Amino acid sequence: MKLTAIGIISLLVIALVACQSEDQLEFNRYYTSGKVLYQSKCQNCHGDNGEGLSALIPPLTDAGYLKTNKKQLACIVKYGLNAPITINKKAYYNKMPLTDMAPVEIAEVLTYVNNSFGNKMGVITTNMVEEDLKGCK
Amino acid sequence: MKKLLGGAILLLFYSACNSSGNKQTLPIYGERNPVTKTINGQTVTDTVYHTIPPFKFINQYGDSITNKSLQNDIYVADFFFTSCPSICPVMHRNMLNVYNQFKGDNDVKIVSYSIDPKHDSVNVLKDYATKLGVTGNSWYFLQGKKEDTYKLSESYLVTKPQEDAKQMFIHDGYFILVDKQQRIRGTYNGTDPKEVDQLIADIKTLKAEPNQQNAK
Ligand code: HEC
Repeated sequence: MKLTAIGIISLLVIALVACQSEDQLEFNRYYTSGKVLYQSKCQNCHGDNGEGLSALIPPLTDAGYLKTNKKQLACIVKYGLNAPITINKKAYYNKMPLTDMAPVEIAEVLTYVNNSFGNKMGVITTNMVEEDLKGCK
Repeated sequence: MKKLLGGAILLLFYSACNSSGNKQTLPIYGERNPVTKTINGQTVTDTVYHTIPPFKFINQYGDSITNKSLQNDIYVADFFFTSCPSICPVMHRNMLNVYNQFKGDNDVKIVSYSIDPKHDSVNVLKDYATKLGVTGNSWYFLQGKKEDTYKLSESYLVTKPQEDAKQMFIHDGYFILVDKQQRIRGTYNGTDPKEVDQLIADIKTLKAEPNQQNAK
């Protein structure tokens, strides 16, 4: 009886691992590198949990904002931001400095941000970032 | 029985640590010089400690703040600038904990000196303070002549700020605890929440020292 249970469980585990598709692997790769980048390039301002800092620095927890501005996010990370915005129904108007990150790094850090702090928006690939960067104002 | 003995020993250790903790005083930092004086024909030797020298700056409300304004305060000092892209947000996220802990306490203040007075005008500092959520007179954001600020930074025993080729400011993130006699009683890495917790505990210890009790 015990043996059958163990057998079934190990089968399930094997199935799960096998099911980790190419997509999942790609996501994990972006996400893991993105986490390290977030810690070194964004966390000082946006906080350990994306909570921001009072009314000075906005949180990264407004899924609505992130979705609506999905195509702008790469531009924000690359060129910074200095415009009035509304995040979680609160007004912010400050200056985020530009970064010197490569498209692949931007893709990684955005995959991390967009799938942490309660956000769940899937992978952002280097190709998507390169495409979005063409549209920066 | 063994358990009981263990418990008793633990308790002993605990109370031993506790009682020494209560009597604890903070060290006094910086250079010290013995001064010999003759009082009533008797030679006495006194120790003169390093203190913060006189200064005069402007706060976020446009008021002039001098060392005299702070002479009856325990205060925490740091150096920052509002457009700082690196460690300052972390420092002030942590300093907010100190602020929230002591904002109702007339004896404790926070003093943040801007090292970029050209950009950090009184208005910019006011805006920064407001957005950070700071009101009232328990946290001052000060600006003055850059040379004065840089020179003053040395008396707080922190690394003198520098500017690199890109005109960015390089500075360390230390919080300095100063007592009512303008002596330095502790330095803490302001980017480390654990050290800032220690600072909060040390302020409480300092407040309990007899010579910090003088009335206003
Ligand atoms: C020096 C502090 C600072 C750093 C470092 C920083 N940001 Fe920002 N960020 C800001 C500020 C301030 C704003 C708001 C700008 C405005 O009001 O126009 C902002 C806005 C944003 C926004 C849009 C608003 C929101 O909250 O969703 C995103 C997305 C963002 N930052 C992501 C990042 C990412 C990713 C990084 C790291 C690569 C990063 N930021 C690094 C300060 C910073």
